[in-house]
Amino acid sequence: MTTLQPPAAVGHQSAGPPARRSRRSWTGWGFIGPFVLVFALVFLAPLAYSIYLSLFRTRLIGGTSFVGLDNYQQALQDGQFWDGVLRVGLFLLIQVPIMLGLALLVALAIDSGRLYGKDFFRISVFLPYAVPAVVAALMWGFMYGPRFGLVGDINDAFGVRLPDPLSSDLILASIGNIVTWEFVGYNMLIFYSALRVVPHSLYEAAEIDGAGQWRVIAAIKLPAIRGALVIATIFSIIGSFQLFNEPAILQKLAPNAITTDYTPNYYTYSLSFSGQQHNYSATVAIVMGVITMVVAYVVQLRGMRKGA
Amino acid sequence: MTTSSATDAPRPTTAPRPIARPRPRAPRRPHTPGRPRRSVLLTVLTGVVLLYSLVPLLWLVISATKTQQGLARSFGLWFDGDFALWDNITETFTYQDGVFGRWLLNTLLYVVVGAGGATLLAVLGGYALAKFDFPGKRAVFAVVIGAVAVPTTALAVPTFLMFSKLGLTDTPWAIIVPSLISPFGLYLMWVFATEAIPAELMEAARIDGASELRTFFQVALPLLAPGTVTVLLFTTVATWNNYFLPLIMLKDPDWYPLTLGLDAWNKQAATAGGEAVFNLVVTGSLLTIVPLIAAFLLLQKYWQSGLAAGSVKE
Repeated sequence: MTTLQPPAAVGHQSAGPPARRSRRSWTGWGFIGPFVLVFALVFLAPLAYSIYLSLFRTRLIGGTSFVGLDNYQQALQDGQFWDGVLRVGLFLLIQVPIMLGLALLVALAIDSGRLYGKDFFRISVFLPYAVPAVVAALMWGFMYGPRFGLVGDINDAFGVRLPDPLSSDLILASIGNIVTWEFVGYNMLIFYSALRVVPHSLYEAAEIDGAGQWRVIAAIKLPAIRGALVIATIFSIIGSFQLFNEPAILQKLAPNAITTDYTPNYYTYSLSFSGQQHNYSATVAIVMGVITMVVAYVVQLRGMRKGA
Repeated sequence: MTTSSATDAPRPTTAPRPIARPRPRAPRRPHTPGRPRRSVLLTVLTGVVLLYSLVPLLWLVISATKTQQGLARSFGLWFDGDFALWDNITETFTYQDGVFGRWLLNTLLYVVVGAGGATLLAVLGGYALAKFDFPGKRAVFAVVIGAVAVPTTALAVPTFLMFSKLGLTDTPWAIIVPSLISPFGLYLMWVFATEAIPAELMEAARIDGASELRTFFQVALPLLAPGTVTVLLFTTVATWNNYFLPLIMLKDPDWYPLTLGLDAWNKQAATAGGEAVFNLVVTGSLLTIVPLIAAFLLLQKYWQSGLAAGSVKE
């Protein structure tokens, strides 16, 4: 996650001539202390506790005992868990490119200056971000409804029989649509913000060289926002692997299509809060966390190397 | 994310950048001569995404005007004969002894204390990272950034067990304390403070004999205002929209935030003997998103430029 380090800021601290050459002192701790304290309480302590928990197992007879890596071994052979991993993996391979591609197209369109009412576009496409995942899933869940939702209305109006979005065949795509709807605007804004700070002189130079719109996009704009693209991809991956809210809400509307182990996250939740298997739940969460970090790290390495 | 910094790096500006306005150094592209004309075709094509974004919200607004029967019998994107918006709003606030109002107040409490506290910690921490050199600084940064990649759910169960031992579950603290940390907010404030507070100004304050606290409050804080608004808005959204944390931490409906309450009303229809109140779920949903959308629209100048200063997502 080194990309999160802003080069400008780092430059300021280490080598930048205008940086404050303050002597090293503990004064800074007075300001960052409160953050670090709470951070230790709500991040580090649970993380350590999680690892501790994963090394134990509670049995009906015999109580809690140390089992070493047994829980991890169980997780690696757990079909329910890997089904969920594959499901979110598939989700990620299809939904993330669609969402980011759409966001990029809209960002480029708004940035091109060729749209009528570009401010209206920018703010409207962003608005769904303000809608809680719970509300988004409820809304779309109602709209998906084949009986009295929008899909049902269209069926009645046109005398067609659209496939049911809440059926087990389509539910993953339906969830993908909800997530796309929620985050297209957010990612668009990230890309647009990145495009805004591209130096104007580059465009003038390209124009003098006779470069067209597409050439400018390919040679200037896309390379300029590569950092933003990589970050958006990484956070989308983390988001996909953590998928929980949308399936959990839709579960009531499509109980047969969405099981309580539908995503790894949902599985963790069910293990802990329905099954009381806290130790195994912690293990599954850690394994999933490691998978997420490995994938995010690989994407970052590849993304940063490309054309760099 | 590396965006603004990438272009600014070669020529570090020490003057506070007027963040809330377009940058003075480059005229906006559309106004320069020789730029392509506006295109109806492109507007229409992009308009498809616009419709995709707005139609569900339109559906929500229209549906909130319908009775439960109306929801079932009328076309989703047009009004029913009965216009029941006011009845629905009244019923939403009076149903089950007005528990919706209680959920709204809970949400406000979590947002004010949680998001407000998160913003305060982020501003202080970001200022420290940007303007001080202190032992352990790199370690602090590495750990915080590394933690962003840890899925929050890997932490959910142990946090729940810890809080349960401390007797904090089923209390507002269970929601507020974890909300106090926003690594994204810390990062944004760090980038922002680096650019917005000139070192000379701090030196001058010190030479005049101002204490560190006084320098912070009187010199730094006013300059950090636009960044602070951005962080506050994004932590507010995160807290307002939080579902997973309250779901595991709270059993008592009296402490539910709006998200969990709406979920409960929706589930009610599926339970045996439960009353279906879809019109209230829909109206409650609308009432839940209106404050946030209003905040985004009113403050857009601030948060959009704040994002450009350190465009990253959490």
